[in-house]
Amino acid sequence: MTYNWDFHSVWQYYDLFLWGLWISLVYTVGSIFFGVIIGFITCAARLSGWKVLDIFARCYQELFRCTPLLVQLLWFYYAFPLLVGGSIDNRLAAMLTLSLYVGAFYAEIFRGGIVSIDKGQREAAAAIGMSPWQSMTRIILPQALKRMLPSFINQSVIQFKNTSLVSVISVADLAYMAAVVNGQTYRPLESYTVMALLYIVMLLPITQAADWIEKRLRVSD
Amino acid sequence: MTIHENRTTAEAPIIEAVALRKSYGNHEVLKGLDLSLARGEVVALIGPSGSGKSTFIRCLNHMEVPTDGTIRFRQKTVGDAFRDKGEEIGYGTLRRHVGMVFQHFNLFPHKTVLQNVIEGPITVLKRPKKEAEELALDLLGQVGLAAKRNDYPNHLSGGQKQRVAIARALAMQPEVLLLDEVTSALDPELVGEVLAVIRGLAEKGMTMAIVTHEMAFAADVSSRVLFLDQGVIAATGSPEEIIRNPANERLRGFVSRFHG
Repeated sequence: MTYNWDFHSVWQYYDLFLWGLWISLVYTVGSIFFGVIIGFITCAARLSGWKVLDIFARCYQELFRCTPLLVQLLWFYYAFPLLVGGSIDNRLAAMLTLSLYVGAFYAEIFRGGIVSIDKGQREAAAAIGMSPWQSMTRIILPQALKRMLPSFINQSVIQFKNTSLVSVISVADLAYMAAVVNGQTYRPLESYTVMALLYIVMLLPITQAADWIEKRLRVSD
Repeated sequence: MTIHENRTTAEAPIIEAVALRKSYGNHEVLKGLDLSLARGEVVALIGPSGSGKSTFIRCLNHMEVPTDGTIRFRQKTVGDAFRDKGEEIGYGTLRRHVGMVFQHFNLFPHKTVLQNVIEGPITVLKRPKKEAEELALDLLGQVGLAAKRNDYPNHLSGGQKQRVAIARALAMQPEVLLLDEVTSALDPELVGEVLAVIRGLAEKGMTMAIVTHEMAFAADVSSRVLFLDQGVIAATGSPEEIIRNPANERLRGFVSRFHG
């Protein structure tokens, strides 16, 4: 094969790539931030012992876990405005959808971590007179957080990759910018390879760090 | 017969259970039990598995919520809220004064031995850290584990874990100690060290209710034995009457199976 690589003409648009990367990062960090809040509230609702709250939270979780993210983005951007009348900014739709999506998964990670702690721990805390709040914050959560961490990081890595889907509703993230560069240069192989490399450069350190953290946590057990 | 001779049981009981009932669904585990513990008394609860003895002792500190009946601590009824409410004391208050040691230790694995022991005094009783540590080190010395104070529980043997758990309960300076089959999860060669600690507590006059399968130990350390069978107290009396010389046929069968 005698393909003539030409990264030079593609990299002339490096500012577009970097801007796109920045936007991808903003949506990742933003949706993780809001997702943690949503996940925390959802997890609290699931564990509250109130049937209505539990069912409500579960419906939300299943709705967002059992539909593809792409479908959710399309729905929030194109369908939701018709339902309520008016329009929705594509950036808002993207952030909202990404946050709700990851929040549903985070809630399950949080809940799983908490219920995995042996009930003897709660009993021992109760037996020395701790309130449920003290027991949760001083005994259960410190142990549960440790167990949640690997899944949490894993889900967040997936979230970074998932942000590439916002390009379909014209949010100018890295994937969107790669398409723009391709349109300018007619160099799909180079454009999309640069995009892929940028994702790898961002995520490889995180997955490596996650492996290291996981190993360290196991040692101290 | 040895360590309880001088004690009077005439004074008002510290903790009482009155007509205690507990059901899970349609299954009634406790069918109206009464117990009254005076200061310095050591009561052993024995009986076949499923007789309700663990459930009963767990009702005494509200670890299980009784379906019916009353728990009284120092003549005050324990309510169904964590905090005190009017005349009733909360079960949070009850648990500050009534310690419990579990079959499976339930030490906090993310805390060192010392941190396990000071957790209650600092978090619940709001004691200064220094004071809590001094008491904790004293207690760890008493159970023979002062040298292990900076170890994590997972590095301890079962017997050591259980002795730490006892020290953790004692750090609250409880008026009553509830021991729920505390040697049942231990390797046989580790049972002795835990029983020795409990015997020491009895000699110092600690009020205790002990659920156990160790008949010789129950006979030796207790001032009174309750034999539970199918959710009722089937027999009660001195260790002499219940364990060493049981009159009742069913009791004799049970005791001889466990008594070596």
